[in-house]
Amino acid sequence: MRNFLRAIKGRAYPRVVGALREPSWMFWDTFLPLLSISAYVFVYRALHAPKEFEGFVIIGGIMTAYWLSVLWGMASQFYWEKETGNLQQYLMAPAPLESILAGMALGGMFATTVRVVAILILGTLIFQVEMTVSNLPLLILIFIITLFALYSMGMMFASLFLLWGREAWVMSTLFQEPIYFLSGQNFPVKALGPIVAAIASIIPLTLGLDAMRQLIFPQSLPWALMSPWIELIFLSLLSVIFLILAIIFLKKMEWIGKTKGTILTRWL
Amino acid sequence: MQAIEVRDVWRIFKGKDGVVEALKGVNLEVKKGEIFGLLGPNGAGKTTLIRILTTLLLPTRGEAYVLGHDVTKEENKIRPLINMVSGGEYSGYGLLTVQENIWMFSQLYGIPSQEAKKKIKKLAEELGFENILKKKVRTLSTGQRQKMNIARGFITDPQIIFLDEPTLGLDVEVARDIRNFIKMWIMENPDRTVFLTTHYMHEAEIMCDRIAIINYGKIVAIDTPENLKKMVGKEYALIMNVQPKIELGWINDIDGVINYLAKDVEGGIKIRMIASKEEAIGEVVEGILKRNAKIVYLNKEEPTLEDVFLKLTGRGLE
Repeated sequence: MRNFLRAIKGRAYPRVVGALREPSWMFWDTFLPLLSISAYVFVYRALHAPKEFEGFVIIGGIMTAYWLSVLWGMASQFYWEKETGNLQQYLMAPAPLESILAGMALGGMFATTVRVVAILILGTLIFQVEMTVSNLPLLILIFIITLFALYSMGMMFASLFLLWGREAWVMSTLFQEPIYFLSGQNFPVKALGPIVAAIASIIPLTLGLDAMRQLIFPQSLPWALMSPWIELIFLSLLSVIFLILAIIFLKKMEWIGKTKGTILTRWL
Repeated sequence: MQAIEVRDVWRIFKGKDGVVEALKGVNLEVKKGEIFGLLGPNGAGKTTLIRILTTLLLPTRGEAYVLGHDVTKEENKIRPLINMVSGGEYSGYGLLTVQENIWMFSQLYGIPSQEAKKKIKKLAEELGFENILKKKVRTLSTGQRQKMNIARGFITDPQIIFLDEPTLGLDVEVARDIRNFIKMWIMENPDRTVFLTTHYMHEAEIMCDRIAIINYGKIVAIDTPENLKKMVGKEYALIMNVQPKIELGWINDIDGVINYLAKDVEGGIKIRMIASKEEAIGEVVEGILKRNAKIVYLNKEEPTLEDVFLKLTGRGLE
Protein backbone atom coordinates (compact mmCIF):
# COMPACT_ATOMS: atom_id res chain seq x y z
CA MET A 1 0.00 0.00 0.00
CA ARG A 2 2.87 2.36 0.87
CA ASN A 3 4.43 1.71 -2.54
CA PHE A 4 1.07 2.31 -4.21
CA LEU A 5 0.82 5.70 -2.50
CA ARG A 6 4.43 6.56 -3.39
CA ALA A 7 3.66 5.87 -7.05
CA ILE A 8 0.59 8.13 -6.85
CA LYS A 9 2.68 10.88 -5.27
CA GLY A 10 5.43 10.46 -7.86
CA ARG A 11 3.11 10.68 -10.86
CA ALA A 12 1.05 13.53 -9.40
CA TYR A 13 4.20 15.58 -8.80
CA PRO A 14 4.86 16.79 -12.40
CA ARG A 15 1.32 18.16 -12.60
CA VAL A 16 1.45 19.90 -9.24
CA VAL A 17 4.80 21.44 -10.14
CA GLY A 18 3.53 22.30 -13.63
CA ALA A 19 0.65 24.28 -12.17
CA LEU A 20 2.95 26.39 -10.02
CA ARG A 21 6.16 26.61 -12.04
CA GLU A 22 4.85 28.37 -15.14
CA PRO A 23 2.92 31.53 -14.17
CA SER A 24 2.29 32.40 -17.82
CA TRP A 25 0.34 29.15 -18.28
CA MET A 26 -1.74 30.05 -15.25
CA PHE A 27 -2.52 33.46 -16.75
CA TRP A 28 -3.66 32.10 -20.13
CA ASP A 29 -5.55 29.18 -18.58
CA THR A 30 -7.56 31.69 -16.55
CA PHE A 31 -7.87 34.51 -19.07
CA LEU A 32 -9.07 32.47 -22.06
CA PRO A 33 -11.96 30.68 -20.27
CA LEU A 34 -12.98 34.05 -18.83
CA LEU A 35 -13.25 35.42 -22.36
CA SER A 36 -15.50 32.55 -23.35
CA ILE A 37 -17.63 33.04 -20.21
CA SER A 38 -17.90 36.78 -20.93
CA ALA A 39 -19.32 36.16 -24.39
CA TYR A 40 -22.23 34.11 -23.00
CA VAL A 41 -22.83 36.50 -20.10
CA PHE A 42 -23.19 39.41 -22.55
CA VAL A 43 -25.57 37.38 -24.74
CA TYR A 44 -27.79 36.62 -21.71
CA ARG A 45 -27.66 40.29 -20.66
CA ALA A 46 -28.65 41.40 -24.15
CA LEU A 47 -31.60 39.01 -24.05
CA HIS A 48 -32.57 40.18 -20.51
CA ALA A 49 -32.36 36.59 -19.29
CA PRO A 50 -32.73 35.92 -15.55
CA LYS A 51 -29.58 36.87 -13.58
CA GLU A 52 -28.96 33.26 -12.50
CA PHE A 53 -28.19 32.38 -16.13
CA GLU A 54 -25.00 34.41 -15.85
CA GLY A 55 -24.14 32.29 -12.82
CA PHE A 56 -24.92 29.14 -14.86
CA VAL A 57 -22.25 30.22 -17.34
CA ILE A 58 -19.62 30.77 -14.65
CA ILE A 59 -20.31 27.38 -13.03
CA GLY A 60 -20.35 25.82 -16.53
CA GLY A 61 -17.03 27.50 -17.30
CA ILE A 62 -15.27 26.19 -14.22
CA MET A 63 -16.58 22.65 -14.62
CA THR A 64 -15.56 22.73 -18.28
CA ALA A 65 -12.00 23.38 -17.12
CA TYR A 66 -12.14 20.00 -15.40
CA TRP A 67 -13.57 18.38 -18.53
CA LEU A 68 -10.68 19.77 -20.58
CA SER A 69 -8.24 18.49 -17.98
CA VAL A 70 -9.86 15.04 -18.20
CA LEU A 71 -9.72 15.01 -22.00
CA TRP A 72 -6.27 16.45 -22.59
CA GLY A 73 -4.59 15.50 -19.34
CA MET A 74 -6.06 12.05 -18.70
CA ALA A 75 -7.66 10.50 -21.78
CA SER A 76 -4.87 11.52 -24.16
CA GLN A 77 -2.13 11.06 -21.63
CA PHE A 78 -1.11 7.45 -22.32
CA TYR A 79 -0.78 8.39 -25.97
CA TRP A 80 1.65 11.22 -25.14
CA GLU A 81 3.42 8.98 -22.62
CA LYS A 82 3.87 6.39 -25.36
CA GLU A 83 5.30 8.98 -27.74
CA THR A 84 7.87 10.18 -25.19
CA GLY A 85 8.82 6.70 -23.96
CA ASN A 86 7.33 7.13 -20.48
CA LEU A 87 4.67 4.47 -21.07
CA GLN A 88 7.35 1.82 -21.44
CA GLN A 89 8.78 2.86 -18.06
CA TYR A 90 5.34 2.78 -16.47
CA LEU A 91 4.49 -0.64 -17.88
CA MET A 92 7.81 -2.07 -16.71
CA ALA A 93 7.77 -0.58 -13.20
CA PRO A 94 6.48 -2.67 -10.29
CA ALA A 95 3.89 0.03 -9.47
CA PRO A 96 0.42 -0.89 -10.76
CA LEU A 97 -0.82 1.19 -13.68
CA GLU A 98 -3.85 2.11 -11.58
CA SER A 99 -1.57 4.01 -9.19
CA ILE A 100 -0.03 5.90 -12.10
CA LEU A 101 -3.46 6.86 -13.43
CA ALA A 102 -4.58 7.86 -9.93
CA GLY A 103 -1.48 10.05 -9.65
CA MET A 104 -2.26 11.68 -12.99
CA ALA A 105 -5.85 12.29 -11.87
CA LEU A 106 -4.92 13.80 -8.50
CA GLY A 107 -2.22 15.97 -10.04
CA GLY A 108 -4.65 17.04 -12.78
CA MET A 109 -7.35 17.89 -10.24
CA PHE A 110 -4.92 20.02 -8.25
CA ALA A 111 -3.60 21.87 -11.30
CA THR A 112 -7.13 22.52 -12.59
CA THR A 113 -8.46 23.57 -9.20
CA VAL A 114 -5.81 26.30 -8.99
CA ARG A 115 -7.13 27.71 -12.29
CA VAL A 116 -10.77 27.12 -11.42
CA VAL A 117 -10.52 29.09 -8.18
CA ALA A 118 -9.05 32.03 -10.13
CA ILE A 119 -11.84 31.82 -12.76
CA LEU A 120 -14.53 31.58 -10.08
CA ILE A 121 -13.28 34.58 -8.10
CA LEU A 122 -12.68 36.78 -11.13
CA GLY A 123 -15.91 35.73 -12.88
CA THR A 124 -18.01 36.40 -9.78
CA LEU A 125 -16.39 39.76 -9.13
CA ILE A 126 -16.44 41.01 -12.73
CA PHE A 127 -20.06 40.03 -13.44
CA GLN A 128 -21.38 40.63 -9.91
CA VAL A 129 -23.02 37.22 -9.72
CA GLU A 130 -24.75 36.47 -6.42
CA MET A 131 -24.52 32.92 -5.12
CA THR A 132 -26.77 31.63 -2.35
CA VAL A 133 -25.64 28.17 -1.38
CA SER A 134 -28.61 26.31 0.07
CA ASN A 135 -26.78 23.16 1.26
CA LEU A 136 -23.00 23.54 1.45
CA PRO A 137 -22.12 19.98 2.59
CA LEU A 138 -24.23 18.51 -0.25
CA LEU A 139 -22.66 20.94 -2.74
CA ILE A 140 -19.14 19.89 -1.68
CA LEU A 141 -20.11 16.21 -1.82
CA ILE A 142 -21.60 16.55 -5.30
CA PHE A 143 -18.57 18.52 -6.49
CA ILE A 144 -16.17 15.81 -5.21
CA ILE A 145 -18.23 12.93 -6.62
CA THR A 146 -18.54 14.73 -9.97
CA LEU A 147 -14.77 15.10 -10.11
CA PHE A 148 -14.33 11.47 -9.12
CA ALA A 149 -16.73 10.34 -11.87
CA LEU A 150 -15.12 12.66 -14.44
CA TYR A 151 -11.57 11.51 -13.73
CA SER A 152 -12.66 7.86 -13.65
CA MET A 153 -14.09 8.48 -17.11
CA GLY A 154 -10.72 9.97 -18.08
CA MET A 155 -8.93 6.87 -16.78
CA MET A 156 -11.21 4.71 -18.89
CA PHE A 157 -10.54 6.80 -21.99
CA ALA A 158 -6.77 6.71 -21.37
CA SER A 159 -6.62 3.01 -22.27
CA LEU A 160 -9.39 3.22 -24.90
CA PHE A 161 -7.68 6.01 -26.84
CA LEU A 162 -4.55 3.88 -27.02
CA LEU A 163 -6.48 0.78 -28.06
CA TRP A 164 -8.31 2.63 -30.80
CA GLY A 165 -4.92 3.54 -32.13
CA ARG A 166 -5.91 6.98 -33.40
CA GLU A 167 -4.04 10.18 -32.84
CA ALA A 168 -5.09 11.16 -29.32
CA TRP A 169 -5.62 14.82 -30.17
CA VAL A 170 -8.17 13.85 -32.83
CA MET A 171 -10.12 11.81 -30.29
CA SER A 172 -9.96 14.60 -27.71
CA THR A 173 -11.16 17.17 -30.22
CA LEU A 174 -14.01 14.84 -31.21
CA PHE A 175 -15.14 14.59 -27.60
CA GLN A 176 -14.67 18.24 -26.70
CA GLU A 177 -17.44 20.23 -28.40
CA PRO A 178 -20.28 17.67 -28.23
CA ILE A 179 -19.79 17.39 -24.49
CA TYR A 180 -19.93 21.17 -24.10
CA PHE A 181 -23.31 21.00 -25.79
CA LEU A 182 -24.73 17.87 -24.15
CA SER A 183 -23.65 18.78 -20.63
CA GLY A 184 -25.34 22.16 -20.84
CA GLN A 185 -22.16 24.07 -20.23
CA ASN A 186 -23.78 27.45 -20.87
CA PHE A 187 -27.49 26.70 -20.48
CA PRO A 188 -29.74 24.49 -18.34
CA VAL A 189 -29.65 21.00 -19.86
CA LYS A 190 -33.42 20.64 -19.41
CA ALA A 191 -33.76 22.95 -22.42
CA LEU A 192 -32.60 20.03 -24.62
CA GLY A 193 -35.81 18.14 -23.81
CA PRO A 194 -36.24 15.11 -21.51
CA ILE A 195 -34.91 12.43 -23.90
CA VAL A 196 -31.68 14.18 -24.88
CA ALA A 197 -31.19 15.33 -21.28
CA ALA A 198 -31.59 11.73 -20.05
CA ILE A 199 -29.05 10.45 -22.60
CA ALA A 200 -26.69 13.29 -21.69
CA SER A 201 -26.88 12.20 -18.07
CA ILE A 202 -24.34 9.46 -18.67
CA ILE A 203 -21.83 12.31 -18.79
CA PRO A 204 -20.96 13.14 -15.18
CA LEU A 205 -20.56 16.79 -16.13
CA THR A 206 -24.29 17.05 -17.00
CA LEU A 207 -25.54 15.76 -13.66
CA GLY A 208 -22.87 17.54 -11.65
CA LEU A 209 -23.59 20.89 -13.29
CA ASP A 210 -27.33 20.52 -12.89
CA ALA A 211 -27.07 19.61 -9.21
CA MET A 212 -24.54 22.32 -8.37
CA ARG A 213 -26.56 25.02 -10.14
CA GLN A 214 -29.63 24.07 -8.11
CA LEU A 215 -27.65 24.29 -4.88
CA ILE A 216 -25.93 27.59 -5.73
CA PHE A 217 -28.87 29.35 -7.38
CA PRO A 218 -32.07 28.16 -5.62
CA GLN A 219 -34.16 30.40 -7.93
CA SER A 220 -33.14 28.12 -10.85
CA LEU A 221 -35.17 25.14 -9.55
CA PRO A 222 -37.70 25.28 -12.42
CA TRP A 223 -34.79 24.49 -14.75
CA ALA A 224 -33.61 21.50 -12.72
CA LEU A 225 -33.41 18.08 -14.34
CA MET A 226 -33.93 16.11 -11.13
CA SER A 227 -33.28 16.41 -7.40
CA PRO A 228 -29.62 16.88 -6.38
CA TRP A 229 -29.88 13.79 -4.14
CA ILE A 230 -30.93 11.61 -7.07
CA GLU A 231 -28.19 13.15 -9.16
CA LEU A 232 -25.72 12.33 -6.39
CA ILE A 233 -26.80 8.68 -6.49
CA PHE A 234 -26.39 8.54 -10.29
CA LEU A 235 -23.04 10.27 -10.09
CA SER A 236 -21.85 7.75 -7.48
CA LEU A 237 -23.00 4.89 -9.72
CA LEU A 238 -21.24 6.42 -12.73
CA SER A 239 -18.04 6.80 -10.68
CA VAL A 240 -18.02 3.12 -9.78
CA ILE A 241 -18.91 1.99 -13.32
CA PHE A 242 -16.24 4.16 -14.96
CA LEU A 243 -13.65 3.08 -12.42
CA ILE A 244 -14.39 -0.61 -12.99
CA LEU A 245 -14.32 -0.10 -16.77
CA ALA A 246 -11.05 1.84 -16.44
CA ILE A 247 -9.43 -1.10 -14.63
CA ILE A 248 -10.79 -3.61 -17.19
CA PHE A 249 -9.57 -1.54 -20.18
CA LEU A 250 -6.23 -1.00 -18.50
CA LYS A 251 -5.72 -4.76 -18.21
CA LYS A 252 -6.95 -5.19 -21.77
CA MET A 253 -4.53 -2.55 -23.05
CA GLU A 254 -1.61 -4.17 -21.23
CA TRP A 255 -2.58 -7.59 -22.55
CA ILE A 256 -2.90 -6.40 -26.14
CA GLY A 257 0.39 -4.56 -25.78
CA LYS A 258 2.12 -7.75 -24.67
CA THR A 259 0.52 -10.18 -27.08
CA LYS A 260 0.17 -8.16 -30.29
CA GLY A 261 2.98 -5.74 -29.53
CA THR A 262 0.95 -2.87 -30.96
CA ILE A 263 1.13 -0.57 -27.96
CA LEU A 264 4.88 -0.01 -27.85
CA THR A 265 6.02 -1.11 -31.30
CA ARG A 266 5.82 1.90 -33.63
CA TRP A 267 6.14 0.13 -36.97
CA LEU A 268 3.15 -2.19 -36.47
CA MET B 1 20.38 -20.29 -11.19
CA GLN B 2 21.19 -18.26 -14.30
CA ALA B 3 20.40 -14.54 -14.47
CA ILE B 4 18.66 -15.06 -17.82
CA GLU B 5 17.60 -18.20 -19.68
CA VAL B 6 16.02 -18.07 -23.11
CA ARG B 7 14.85 -21.31 -24.69
CA ASP B 8 13.73 -21.48 -28.29
CA VAL B 9 12.00 -18.11 -28.18
CA TRP B 10 10.08 -16.97 -31.24
CA ARG B 11 8.34 -13.67 -31.68
CA ILE B 12 6.10 -13.14 -34.65
CA PHE B 13 4.38 -9.82 -35.33
CA LYS B 14 1.32 -9.58 -37.51
CA GLY B 15 1.20 -6.06 -38.91
CA LYS B 16 -0.45 -4.15 -41.73
CA ASP B 17 2.38 -5.12 -44.04
CA GLY B 18 2.24 -8.83 -43.27
CA VAL B 19 3.97 -11.17 -40.87
CA VAL B 20 7.38 -10.35 -39.41
CA GLU B 21 9.43 -13.02 -37.64
CA ALA B 22 11.47 -10.83 -35.29
CA LEU B 23 12.94 -13.73 -33.30
CA LYS B 24 13.39 -17.22 -34.69
CA GLY B 25 14.18 -19.75 -31.99
CA VAL B 26 16.58 -17.78 -29.82
CA ASN B 27 18.51 -19.71 -27.15
CA LEU B 28 20.88 -18.14 -24.67
CA GLU B 29 21.96 -18.17 -21.05
CA VAL B 30 23.42 -15.26 -19.11
CA LYS B 31 25.30 -15.87 -15.88
CA LYS B 32 25.01 -13.64 -12.83
CA GLY B 33 27.81 -11.07 -12.69
CA GLU B 34 28.29 -10.96 -16.45
CA ILE B 35 28.19 -8.04 -18.82
CA PHE B 36 26.49 -9.85 -21.65
CA GLY B 37 26.31 -8.24 -25.05
CA LEU B 38 23.80 -8.78 -27.83
CA LEU B 39 25.42 -7.54 -31.00
CA GLY B 40 23.56 -7.09 -34.23
CA PRO B 41 22.51 -4.54 -36.84
CA ASN B 42 19.29 -2.54 -36.71
CA GLY B 43 16.26 -4.79 -37.11
CA ALA B 44 18.10 -7.94 -35.98
CA GLY B 45 15.71 -8.53 -33.06
CA LYS B 46 17.70 -7.03 -30.17
CA THR B 47 14.96 -4.73 -28.87
CA THR B 48 12.31 -7.42 -29.27
CA LEU B 49 14.33 -9.80 -27.10
CA ILE B 50 14.91 -7.09 -24.48
CA ARG B 51 11.20 -6.31 -24.42
CA ILE B 52 10.40 -9.96 -23.80
CA LEU B 53 12.94 -10.15 -20.99
CA THR B 54 11.65 -6.94 -19.40
CA THR B 55 8.04 -8.31 -19.44
CA LEU B 56 6.81 -5.76 -21.98
CA LEU B 57 6.14 -8.36 -24.66
CA LEU B 58 5.20 -12.03 -24.63
CA PRO B 59 7.06 -14.55 -26.74
CA THR B 60 4.95 -16.17 -29.44
CA ARG B 61 6.64 -19.50 -28.64
CA GLY B 62 9.34 -20.70 -26.28
CA GLU B 63 10.30 -19.93 -22.71
CA ALA B 64 12.28 -17.17 -21.04
CA TYR B 65 13.29 -16.83 -17.41
CA VAL B 66 14.71 -13.84 -15.59
CA LEU B 67 16.33 -14.72 -12.25
CA GLY B 68 14.39 -17.97 -12.38
CA HIS B 69 11.01 -16.30 -12.96
CA ASP B 70 8.94 -17.01 -16.05
CA VAL B 71 8.45 -13.82 -18.10
CA THR B 72 4.99 -14.93 -19.20
CA LYS B 73 3.55 -15.63 -15.75
CA GLU B 74 5.65 -13.94 -13.10
CA GLU B 75 6.10 -10.37 -14.26
CA ASN B 76 5.26 -9.09 -10.78
CA LYS B 77 8.28 -10.94 -9.38
CA ILE B 78 10.57 -9.81 -12.20
CA ARG B 79 9.72 -6.10 -12.37
CA PRO B 80 11.09 -5.04 -8.95
CA LEU B 81 14.40 -6.77 -9.80
CA ILE B 82 15.14 -5.19 -13.16
CA ASN B 83 15.37 -1.89 -14.95
CA MET B 84 16.03 -0.72 -18.48
CA VAL B 85 17.56 2.26 -20.23
CA SER B 86 17.33 2.76 -23.97
CA GLY B 87 19.45 4.91 -26.23
CA GLY B 88 17.82 8.05 -27.63
CA GLU B 89 15.21 7.85 -24.90
CA TYR B 90 13.06 10.92 -24.23
CA SER B 91 11.25 9.76 -21.12
CA GLY B 92 10.56 12.19 -18.31
CA TYR B 93 8.98 15.60 -18.10
CA GLY B 94 10.64 18.72 -19.50
CA LEU B 95 9.26 20.97 -16.80
CA LEU B 96 10.90 18.98 -13.99
CA THR B 97 14.51 19.33 -12.97
CA VAL B 98 16.89 16.43 -13.48
CA GLN B 99 16.73 15.58 -9.78
CA GLU B 100 12.92 15.71 -9.69
CA ASN B 101 12.68 13.58 -12.79
CA ILE B 102 14.86 10.77 -11.44
CA TRP B 103 13.08 11.03 -8.09
CA MET B 104 9.69 10.70 -9.81
CA PHE B 105 10.65 7.43 -11.48
CA SER B 106 12.19 6.13 -8.23
CA GLN B 107 8.77 6.51 -6.60
CA LEU B 108 7.33 3.91 -8.98
CA TYR B 109 9.75 1.44 -7.38
CA GLY B 110 8.76 2.42 -3.83
CA ILE B 111 12.09 4.00 -2.85
CA PRO B 112 11.65 6.33 0.16
CA SER B 113 12.14 9.98 -0.84
CA GLN B 114 15.19 10.72 1.33
CA GLU B 115 16.94 7.55 0.23
CA ALA B 116 16.17 8.39 -3.40
CA LYS B 117 17.64 11.89 -3.04
CA LYS B 118 20.88 10.51 -1.54
CA LYS B 119 21.15 7.99 -4.35
CA ILE B 120 20.55 10.64 -7.01
CA LYS B 121 23.41 12.73 -5.58
CA LYS B 122 25.74 9.73 -5.56
CA LEU B 123 24.83 8.68 -9.11
CA ALA B 124 25.23 12.25 -10.36
CA GLU B 125 28.73 12.37 -8.88
CA GLU B 126 29.67 9.04 -10.41
CA LEU B 127 28.30 9.94 -13.84
CA GLY B 128 29.57 13.52 -13.65
CA PHE B 129 26.35 15.52 -13.87
CA GLU B 130 26.08 17.09 -10.38
CA ASN B 131 26.11 20.53 -12.03
CA ILE B 132 22.84 19.95 -13.87
CA LEU B 133 20.74 18.42 -11.09
CA LYS B 134 18.69 21.62 -10.75
CA LYS B 135 18.42 22.17 -14.50
CA LYS B 136 15.07 21.61 -16.23
CA VAL B 137 15.03 18.47 -18.37
CA ARG B 138 13.84 20.33 -21.47
CA THR B 139 17.08 22.34 -21.51
CA LEU B 140 19.42 19.33 -21.51
CA SER B 141 21.73 18.25 -24.31
CA THR B 142 21.44 14.69 -25.67
CA GLY B 143 24.44 13.55 -23.61
CA GLN B 144 23.19 15.12 -20.38
CA ARG B 145 19.79 13.60 -20.97
CA GLN B 146 21.25 10.13 -21.44
CA LYS B 147 23.31 10.43 -18.26
CA MET B 148 20.07 11.29 -16.47
CA ASN B 149 18.39 8.24 -18.03
CA ILE B 150 21.26 6.02 -16.92
CA ALA B 151 20.86 7.33 -13.36
CA ARG B 152 17.11 6.62 -13.59
CA GLY B 153 17.86 3.03 -14.51
CA PHE B 154 20.44 2.42 -11.81
CA ILE B 155 18.71 4.23 -8.93
CA THR B 156 16.51 1.20 -8.29
CA ASP B 157 19.64 -0.91 -7.70
CA PRO B 158 18.47 -3.58 -10.16
CA GLN B 159 19.66 -7.18 -10.09
CA ILE B 160 19.72 -7.04 -13.88
CA ILE B 161 20.00 -3.85 -15.88
CA PHE B 162 18.95 -3.98 -19.52
CA LEU B 163 20.71 -1.42 -21.66
CA ASP B 164 19.31 -1.10 -25.16
CA GLU B 165 21.87 0.77 -27.30
CA PRO B 166 22.74 3.01 -24.32
CA THR B 167 25.33 5.11 -26.17
CA LEU B 168 23.37 5.56 -29.39
CA GLY B 169 24.09 8.95 -30.96
CA LEU B 170 26.28 10.17 -28.09
CA ASP B 171 29.60 11.93 -28.46
CA VAL B 172 32.76 10.00 -27.63
CA GLU B 173 33.27 11.56 -24.21
CA VAL B 174 29.75 10.96 -22.88
CA ALA B 175 29.73 7.42 -24.28
CA ARG B 176 33.04 6.76 -22.51
CA ASP B 177 31.70 8.15 -19.18
CA ILE B 178 28.67 5.88 -19.44
CA ARG B 179 30.73 2.80 -20.30
CA ASN B 180 33.13 3.49 -17.42
CA PHE B 181 30.22 3.92 -15.03
CA ILE B 182 28.69 0.58 -16.08
CA LYS B 183 32.02 -1.22 -15.65
CA MET B 184 32.55 0.33 -12.20
CA TRP B 185 29.02 -0.61 -11.18
CA ILE B 186 29.49 -4.27 -12.05
CA MET B 187 32.88 -4.30 -10.29
CA GLU B 188 31.33 -2.91 -7.11
CA ASN B 189 28.30 -5.21 -7.44
CA PRO B 190 29.67 -8.50 -8.73
CA ASP B 191 26.39 -10.34 -8.19
CA ARG B 192 24.53 -8.03 -10.62
CA THR B 193 24.14 -8.55 -14.34
CA VAL B 194 24.23 -6.23 -17.34
CA PHE B 195 22.43 -7.18 -20.54
CA LEU B 196 23.60 -4.81 -23.23
CA THR B 197 22.47 -4.54 -26.82
CA THR B 198 24.53 -2.57 -29.27
CA HIS B 199 25.47 -2.34 -32.88
CA TYR B 200 28.79 -0.70 -31.99
CA MET B 201 31.31 -3.54 -32.18
CA HIS B 202 33.93 -1.54 -30.29
CA GLU B 203 31.52 -1.08 -27.41
CA ALA B 204 30.68 -4.78 -27.33
CA GLU B 205 34.35 -5.67 -27.47
CA ILE B 206 35.54 -3.46 -24.61
CA MET B 207 32.49 -3.92 -22.37
CA CYS B 208 31.30 -7.48 -22.59
CA ASP B 209 32.41 -10.71 -20.94
CA ARG B 210 30.44 -12.65 -23.55
CA ILE B 211 28.69 -11.67 -26.72
CA ALA B 212 25.85 -13.18 -28.69
CA ILE B 213 25.69 -12.19 -32.34
CA ILE B 214 22.15 -11.90 -33.65
CA ASN B 215 21.13 -11.64 -37.27
CA TYR B 216 17.59 -11.64 -38.68
CA GLY B 217 16.22 -12.95 -35.36
CA LYS B 218 18.70 -15.82 -34.99
CA ILE B 219 21.70 -16.13 -32.70
CA VAL B 220 24.59 -17.06 -34.96
CA ALA B 221 27.35 -17.23 -32.33
CA ILE B 222 27.88 -16.83 -28.58
CA ASP B 223 31.29 -16.61 -26.95
CA THR B 224 33.83 -14.29 -25.37
CA PRO B 225 35.06 -11.47 -27.66
CA GLU B 226 38.49 -13.17 -27.86
CA ASN B 227 37.06 -16.52 -28.88
CA LEU B 228 34.74 -14.91 -31.40
CA LYS B 229 37.66 -13.13 -33.00
CA LYS B 230 39.55 -16.42 -33.16
CA MET B 231 36.86 -17.55 -35.58
CA VAL B 232 38.59 -15.38 -38.16
CA GLY B 233 42.02 -15.76 -36.57
CA LYS B 234 43.51 -17.86 -39.34
CA GLU B 235 41.99 -15.69 -41.99
CA TYR B 236 42.99 -12.37 -43.45
CA ALA B 237 41.08 -9.22 -42.61
CA LEU B 238 41.87 -6.48 -45.10
CA ILE B 239 40.90 -2.86 -45.54
CA MET B 240 41.27 -1.24 -48.96
CA ASN B 241 40.42 2.20 -50.27
CA VAL B 242 39.83 2.16 -54.02
CA GLN B 243 39.39 5.11 -56.38
CA PRO B 244 37.24 5.67 -58.35
CA LYS B 245 34.15 3.69 -57.35
CA ILE B 246 33.85 0.46 -59.32
CA GLU B 247 31.43 -2.45 -59.45
CA LEU B 248 32.57 -5.22 -57.07
CA GLY B 249 30.30 -8.23 -57.66
CA TRP B 250 33.19 -10.20 -59.19
CA ILE B 251 35.07 -10.34 -55.82
CA ASN B 252 32.76 -13.08 -54.57
CA ASP B 253 33.83 -15.31 -57.48
CA ILE B 254 37.46 -15.31 -56.38
CA ASP B 255 38.48 -18.51 -54.68
CA GLY B 256 39.41 -17.83 -51.04
CA VAL B 257 37.26 -14.71 -50.50
CA ILE B 258 34.91 -15.46 -47.59
CA ASN B 259 32.99 -12.19 -47.56
CA TYR B 260 33.43 -8.51 -48.23
CA LEU B 261 31.71 -5.30 -47.30
CA ALA B 262 31.82 -2.15 -49.42
CA LYS B 263 31.10 1.39 -48.26
CA ASP B 264 31.07 4.53 -50.38
CA VAL B 265 33.65 7.10 -49.36
CA GLU B 266 34.60 10.41 -50.93
CA GLY B 267 35.90 9.76 -54.44
CA GLY B 268 35.76 6.00 -54.22
CA ILE B 269 34.95 2.97 -52.15
CA LYS B 270 36.18 1.37 -48.92
CA ILE B 271 36.32 -2.43 -48.95
CA ARG B 272 36.54 -4.64 -45.87
CA MET B 273 37.31 -8.21 -46.87
CA ILE B 274 37.93 -11.55 -45.22
CA ALA B 275 39.90 -14.10 -47.17
CA SER B 276 40.98 -17.61 -46.30
CA LYS B 277 44.00 -17.64 -48.65
CA GLU B 278 46.73 -15.09 -49.18
CA GLU B 279 46.53 -15.66 -52.94
CA ALA B 280 42.99 -14.30 -52.95
CA ILE B 281 44.31 -10.88 -51.92
CA GLY B 282 46.58 -10.77 -54.95
CA GLU B 283 43.71 -11.70 -57.24
CA VAL B 284 41.48 -8.99 -55.79
CA VAL B 285 44.23 -6.37 -56.20
CA GLU B 286 44.78 -7.51 -59.77
CA GLY B 287 41.04 -7.35 -60.49
CA ILE B 288 40.81 -3.79 -59.19
CA LEU B 289 43.75 -2.62 -61.28
CA LYS B 290 42.35 -4.38 -64.35
CA ARG B 291 39.22 -2.22 -63.97
CA ASN B 292 41.30 0.96 -64.23
CA ALA B 293 40.99 1.80 -60.52
CA LYS B 294 43.81 2.40 -58.10
CA ILE B 295 44.29 1.21 -54.54
CA VAL B 296 45.09 4.26 -52.39
CA TYR B 297 45.23 2.36 -49.12
CA LEU B 298 45.68 -1.30 -48.24
CA ASN B 299 46.15 -2.73 -44.78
CA LYS B 300 45.93 -6.11 -43.11
CA GLU B 301 44.22 -5.75 -39.75
CA GLU B 302 43.72 -7.77 -36.60
CA PRO B 303 40.28 -9.36 -36.89
CA THR B 304 37.51 -7.43 -35.14
CA LEU B 305 33.99 -8.39 -34.18
CA GLU B 306 32.87 -6.70 -37.37
CA ASP B 307 34.92 -9.27 -39.29
CA VAL B 308 33.30 -12.04 -37.26
CA PHE B 309 29.91 -10.61 -38.10
CA LEU B 310 30.85 -10.26 -41.75
CA LYS B 311 32.07 -13.83 -41.89
CA LEU B 312 28.97 -15.23 -40.21
CA THR B 313 26.29 -13.15 -41.88
CA GLY B 314 27.75 -11.61 -45.00
CA ARG B 315 26.71 -8.12 -43.94
CA GLY B 316 27.97 -5.25 -41.83
CA LEU B 317 26.84 -4.04 -38.43
CA GLU B 318 26.13 -0.38 -39.18
